[in-house]
Amino acid sequence: MSDLLIHDGPSAQPPSHERGVHEPELTRRSFLRTGAAAVGGMAALAAALSPLRDLATEDIPNLDQFFQKHYKEMSPAEMQQALDRISRKVEERYQVRPHLRDIKRMEGVEFVYALNLSRCIGCRKCVHACVAENNQSRSPEIQYIRVIEMPRGTLDVERGNHHYDHPTVPDADHFYLPVQCHQCANPPCVKVCPVEATWQEADGVTVVDYDWCIGCRYCEAACPYWARRFNFAQPNLPKDQLNPDMSYLSNRPREKGVMEKCHFCLHRTREGRMPACVEICPTGARKFGNVLDPESEVSQILKTKRVFVLKEEVGTLPRFFYYFDERYPNSLDPEAIEIANRLREEEGEAYGSLPGANGPNAAFIAQATPARWDEARA
Amino acid sequence: MRLAHEDERTQSMCPRDRRGRSVKMYLQFLWRCFRLSFVGDWRYYAWMFVLSVFVLLGINAYCKQLVYGLATTGMTDQVSWGFYIANFTFLVGMAAAAVMLVIPVYIFRNRELHDLVIFGELFAVAAIIMAMLFVTVDLGRPERFHHLLLRFNFPTSMLTWDVLVLNGYLLLNLHVCGYLIYCAYRRREPSKLFYIPFVFVAIFWAISIHTVTAFLYSGLGGRPFWNSAVVAPRFLASAFAAGPAFLILTLSVLARFTSYPVAPKAFLTLRTVVTVSLAINMFLLGSEAFTEFYTDSTHGASAHYLFLGLDGHAALVPWIWSAIALNSMALLVLFMPVSRRPAVLQVACVMLIVGIWIEKGMGMIVPAFVPTPLGEIVEYLPTLNESLVTLGIWAGGLLLYTILVRVTVPVLSGRLTYDRSFSSAIEERAPVTQESLVAAAPRTSVS
Repeated sequence: MSDLLIHDGPSAQPPSHERGVHEPELTRRSFLRTGAAAVGGMAALAAALSPLRDLATEDIPNLDQFFQKHYKEMSPAEMQQALDRISRKVEERYQVRPHLRDIKRMEGVEFVYALNLSRCIGCRKCVHACVAENNQSRSPEIQYIRVIEMPRGTLDVERGNHHYDHPTVPDADHFYLPVQCHQCANPPCVKVCPVEATWQEADGVTVVDYDWCIGCRYCEAACPYWARRFNFAQPNLPKDQLNPDMSYLSNRPREKGVMEKCHFCLHRTREGRMPACVEICPTGARKFGNVLDPESEVSQILKTKRVFVLKEEVGTLPRFFYYFDERYPNSLDPEAIEIANRLREEEGEAYGSLPGANGPNAAFIAQATPARWDEARA
Repeated sequence: MRLAHEDERTQSMCPRDRRGRSVKMYLQFLWRCFRLSFVGDWRYYAWMFVLSVFVLLGINAYCKQLVYGLATTGMTDQVSWGFYIANFTFLVGMAAAAVMLVIPVYIFRNRELHDLVIFGELFAVAAIIMAMLFVTVDLGRPERFHHLLLRFNFPTSMLTWDVLVLNGYLLLNLHVCGYLIYCAYRRREPSKLFYIPFVFVAIFWAISIHTVTAFLYSGLGGRPFWNSAVVAPRFLASAFAAGPAFLILTLSVLARFTSYPVAPKAFLTLRTVVTVSLAINMFLLGSEAFTEFYTDSTHGASAHYLFLGLDGHAALVPWIWSAIALNSMALLVLFMPVSRRPAVLQVACVMLIVGIWIEKGMGMIVPAFVPTPLGEIVEYLPTLNESLVTLGIWAGGLLLYTILVRVTVPVLSGRLTYDRSFSSAIEERAPVTQESLVAAAPRTSVS
């Protein structure tokens, strides 16, 4: 390294026959200069790397986590190991021992969803039930269901309003179009994932292995229904609001930097219960069941109602069907209006505009400051 | 001068010793290149210092992103790709554009570009590395990168195609450049078998990298703005304008600050390439705009947002019109004979590089997300942190490219060879001429 810095270009170059005389002195000086430059460079690099000191220990994967296999490759014993590890982590963070398991699909079941637009009053109770059930982050906010307020006479979502905030719902001139993952039979999100971190289960539910996702967000770009969500920051959820009833592929707490989405509450539905959004819906607009069972309610609806899917032209073959009740072609179902009125009396004006249903992540990021990031991490 | 009689000595050795010596000599070559990258005049030091500062700022910003997550960027669930992916797309094109030097030289036997083609290939190396860094910083979980090796969703996911073609292209270019430069260092005639086939594979490979990158977007039925067959041709046309334009600037720097001979006709050849590609690119952009606006279906909402604004949201409007203005002015200047003058040509190149960077980055990636598939309008602007990471990667790439060029010039000019002392490599007293080049450098192809 001796002559690294002594030659300041062509003109600074001493004639070669003189060099021998001056070399020792120059070498010592240049050695010091090179040393100083190297030390300065290393110090600057260390300073540049200093934010890593704030890296949360849980962000650094331990060996078990690093070498954990893909969901489909884990043996039952390895799955149990993973479940134990995740349970311990949840307990450390939330001081609640979760009832965490890996629930396999039931044979002979294919789930289908149907939504009666004549009965939806736009109260967004489904949004909140979903968040409570599935342990979504509260800050930044993540929700799987988006309810769009639509002017009558169109199904063009670009004319809808996502951020309606009336004192009461329903608004007489609008109808309400809730959208969530359509669990497509031909899912573009699965097709594009480079690491097979998301796939379609045989009962029709598209799931994510949160421990396998690399967070490239290609699936989010591919989804025509805007059904997938990304954890831009460490998800934040108050300890007393954690739902301890959880499964590996559904509502166990997620990490920063991975995708998540609606999974038809498979920790409930694979054990014979209804999804949280169906259970909470005050007007009975939401129907869910096994399409392979001809007697199920959804089978009856598909047979007897004029159902349609959103964006049929993109060829995704959704398992999420909408329909209007033919009995009430021009208005909401009177029974639904009655329910809405009763809710208004019982709950005041609170239910119409529930907090956080208004493009939460954008608002969070607009205020993103280091302090805010810390808060999100805490 | 220790190595002066190397060849005679190696002749008399047994094969294993010779191999040992070759490895040693190759390591010595790498060591000398490393040393050489620290040698230069004050302008070189100033340039490298500034780049290093930006690299460190970028590393610092990326560390913050690692700690706090991608919330440190302007991206949201609504606009889930931004600056990083935009720069990635642009740089894949810049890398592919090296082929616009290779084709004239290896297919049309252009002599002016012959000794310059390697600078295009070196830039491809730097550009691919930058592109890969941009994808990496965009990942939410970069530490899980090995999952790509364990469950590679090929051939279904276009992203896996991109991983393959980008790495392949990097290896091809590293091989061709490395082989030719090392042959020059050893004063050997390069064996055609060892590089000509790779050069021809790289021609098709270059087109494939940008085509695959375009298919990444155009294959998504849920994003009408991207779901167009003209995306891949547009990408290629804009790349073949911006890439050679960047090489014109590089060669201008070489001609100005080194004694490496750059034939004036080389600039004119590249100018033709740039002009034709830019004209085709503008034509394709116009075709796209016509289809979107004349049809006037809801399909065109993103185009509306980009060019005119949508429901009072117009963050991208000034960007795209600046891009169109820059590209149009550059095209106009390039059409005129005055652009044969180096200064004018350089200004036109800068304008069109900036224009295409905007058009392909902010103008191609972001509007596809606005409005969302559910009709919501959320705008995107990069944050400071995100911009610093971006600048850091650009600075790192330019730093790498500067080193590659800085090392290559004395080797190809015959000043740094195995049988000359290191200090002779940094003496610039004997200016290199076309003749000395022919004597020293590898006769790469044309013969």
